[in-house]
Amino acid sequence: MSVRINDFVIRFANVNGTGSASANNMFAKSIFRMGVPVSPKNIFPSNIQGLPTWYEVRVSEKGYMGRREGIDLMVAVNPQSFTKDVASIKPGGYLLYDSTKPLYDDRRQDITYIGVPMTALCLANYEVPRLQQLFKNIVYVGALSKLLDIEVKVFEDIFAEQFAGKEKLIAPNLQAIELGRKYIEDHYDFPLNIRVSRRDLVRDSILVDGNTACGLGAVYGGATVAAWYPITPSTSLMDAFDKYASKLRIDAEGKKNYAIVQMEDELASMGVVLGASWNGARSFTATSGPGISLMSEFIGLSYFAEVPGVVVDVQRGGPSTGMPTRTQQSDILLAAYASHGDTKHILLFPSTPKECFDMMADSFDLAERLQTMIFMMTDLDLGMNDHMSPPFDWNDSREYDRGKVLNVRQLEEVKSWGRYRDPDGDGIPYRTLPGTHPTKGAYFTRGTSRDEDAKYTEESAPYVRNMQRLQVKWETAKTMVPKPEIVRNEAGVSEAIIYFGTTAWAAQESLDILEDQGINLNAMRVKAFPFGNEVVEFLANHDTVYVIEQNRDAQFKTLLVNELGEDPAKFISVLNYDGFPITADFVSQTIQARKLATVGNI
Amino acid sequence: MTYIKPAFRHPDAQKNSIGFYRKDYEGALSTLCAGCGHDSISSAIIQACFELAIEPHKIAKLSGIGCSSKTPAYYLGQSHGFNTVHGRMPSVATGAYLANRDLKYIGVSGDGDSASIGMGQFVHAIRRNLNVVYIIMNNGCYGLTKGQDSATADAGSMSRKGAPNPFEAIDMPSLALELGATFVGRSFSGDKAQLIPMIKAALSHPGFALLDVISPCVTFNNNKGSTKSYDYTREHIEATGTIDFVPIEQEITVDYKEGSSKEIALHDGSIIELSKLANGFDPTDKLSSILKMHEARTKGQILTGLMYIDPDTKGLHDLLQTSDTPLNTMGADVLNPGQAALAKINSEFR
Repeated sequence: MSVRINDFVIRFANVNGTGSASANNMFAKSIFRMGVPVSPKNIFPSNIQGLPTWYEVRVSEKGYMGRREGIDLMVAVNPQSFTKDVASIKPGGYLLYDSTKPLYDDRRQDITYIGVPMTALCLANYEVPRLQQLFKNIVYVGALSKLLDIEVKVFEDIFAEQFAGKEKLIAPNLQAIELGRKYIEDHYDFPLNIRVSRRDLVRDSILVDGNTACGLGAVYGGATVAAWYPITPSTSLMDAFDKYASKLRIDAEGKKNYAIVQMEDELASMGVVLGASWNGARSFTATSGPGISLMSEFIGLSYFAEVPGVVVDVQRGGPSTGMPTRTQQSDILLAAYASHGDTKHILLFPSTPKECFDMMADSFDLAERLQTMIFMMTDLDLGMNDHMSPPFDWNDSREYDRGKVLNVRQLEEVKSWGRYRDPDGDGIPYRTLPGTHPTKGAYFTRGTSRDEDAKYTEESAPYVRNMQRLQVKWETAKTMVPKPEIVRNEAGVSEAIIYFGTTAWAAQESLDILEDQGINLNAMRVKAFPFGNEVVEFLANHDTVYVIEQNRDAQFKTLLVNELGEDPAKFISVLNYDGFPITADFVSQTIQARKLATVGNI
Repeated sequence: MTYIKPAFRHPDAQKNSIGFYRKDYEGALSTLCAGCGHDSISSAIIQACFELAIEPHKIAKLSGIGCSSKTPAYYLGQSHGFNTVHGRMPSVATGAYLANRDLKYIGVSGDGDSASIGMGQFVHAIRRNLNVVYIIMNNGCYGLTKGQDSATADAGSMSRKGAPNPFEAIDMPSLALELGATFVGRSFSGDKAQLIPMIKAALSHPGFALLDVISPCVTFNNNKGSTKSYDYTREHIEATGTIDFVPIEQEITVDYKEGSSKEIALHDGSIIELSKLANGFDPTDKLSSILKMHEARTKGQILTGLMYIDPDTKGLHDLLQTSDTPLNTMGADVLNPGQAALAKINSEFR
């Protein structure tokens, strides 16, 4: 096997709840600190302790951050899954295992076995049983660092930062790293043919998960009321909001400039969002598909009564309880048309943590500007896995756009006002907040039909006028949501791919793979629904469009066909829905196969 | 009847202490059935707010779905209102209160809205001691869908169609008390002398205040054999005592006989005056309240009046330790930590 530098996939097979996560994270970070792009993925069970869990790190000099099939190096320390883990290694790959106890004799001949007696080393060097367990993880990181040529200085720095204030923990951790390194030095050839070499490729990038980015974006976006109900994989989003708000949003008396309430269910969480937003606070909730199902009635109220709100849907495998710890993009249609009657909603599709942060902050402006629900459509892959991302930034001169809200002075000045009138012709009415003016601006918000002045009516004409105005507002929304990224748009190329959210990494990599094979495609990444003119034009300029998404039913394609009246025959779906993040190989192979089939038909 | 609300105001009409007439607290003309108990409750709300001299725009009224939940249109026309979805008023009220702690919140619901579809939210609003006056207009039936039994209909109570209800009733005040509600009262829409001071006391309470108000449905549940009819309620009513509410600025002028009365000072300095208290009953003693409620139920009485109060309670904002400034008044200068803080956070992710 030839030497491959900064281009491999390593997988860790652990037992859930044994402290492996932090060791594995540190491993990924060590490569990132070597200036080399990494993409870690946590593959975990719906369980707190005892079941198998995996952690996968792709190292890519070219900066390909999508998942890649094929394991070059397996760190197998879970007896439950050991046999399967060994079987999953690519021929020519490596196995790092705990050699404290001997292995069975039926070894694979096409991989290299690297045994390190992790348990024995820890038993000999640490006295506390808990530490003997925890340091096993650090020992294998140490062994890996030797095998892969990662500088030990990187770990010294990480520990110094991690244990600032608890310095006595640094030495035993470094000792564990050294135990691993020493054992390799004494027993094996190193480095391996796959290895890391220092580069300057990550620059000012950060390594962070999307849930953290969304939680932080909510702090910067001015959210003051957050309501939620625990659900995988969204829970860490509210934890992040809490973490940053509790540091950055405390007043002079030590009181909180925000409120977080864990509600009794998702319905109630959405109720809080509507109540708070109606009353002039910026409010949001975070959930996953099952939560959106439960919130649907309130989402319809938001649409019809025109109450702002923000909801993050960290999508997971559906339907029903589905695969709660696996990723999918299968709530697209649910979110786009949530609730009974004629309803439709604004969706944002971030692809990176930076976009999670930016779009989350922007979503509050959008919600208040458009007086409706904004869906942040992330997924488990983006939300819970660390991703290399441009750093967060904020313009300190930026003000919040609170939309059309009449204050006391304006209420004094306006001759007449009606909550659902459309004086500007953009379909967006003016709203008032409770407690603003003693005698002006009060109205009764309701989900029943009403006239332009918010008076209850069962007359058809004002009902129809209102529904039409909502349609005008929808058209306005198309001009306000983020525009798509036209990734490649070469003249004369008649075929293109369309993707959104976390399909971006695999899609972008697949463009390169296909190009190497002489298949040249244009590409567009959609960032929002409803689709604006840019999307329409891009589609019009291409005869065949591959739509890449992570669900079975081609939901995004359905949305394109349904909303834009496009000919369904124009679209070819590339669908991955096995719960694992889509790979570039899958995308490129699906497109190749399709092209071959088409040629064959001629 | 006429469907036009007269603009006329009686020349002798009095202003309250902040210069508002009673009319300023009224709303649109009711579209409920003539004689509906709910209209009496609406009128009591108007009177209580007028007498308490709350600026109308400093009140927000919220409701769920049903006949009861339509009523916010019929009072406090200068207050914002929110007719939410069925059974979910408590969560919307929670959000509203979190956004602005400086307003008074009146949440109006019915027995269907609270005791069935909305039971979960009702229970949890109590748990959080949400600062809301929670009025259940309780008629034991679903009026808007033509009279089906609700979960507060007594076992054996006859519907208009003549069928006895086979199921046990949920008693909302008993439940609320068990859950830790800090203000529990029941009244009767036909007893304004009691209802108005109870609403006033509830509006001054710094936490969750439940008012379960028996409010007969004249169309579907006022028949012989119904235990929520006007006649049955009047015949079986038993008050815990009489109640008077003395706002902070008013002098106390009424004397009560010693031994049968009790004064309860509220956090804002106002006082609840209870007199003719039932023998041995103390509404600040939870055990005494529980005994009294069970005793009344055993005797087949409909107990009304203030059943329990904890005047020293802490409301939701205090429990969450949020700022004294309403959250909805804060701008980017207060809420946004700025680029410098963000640069520091970025460095933690490298």
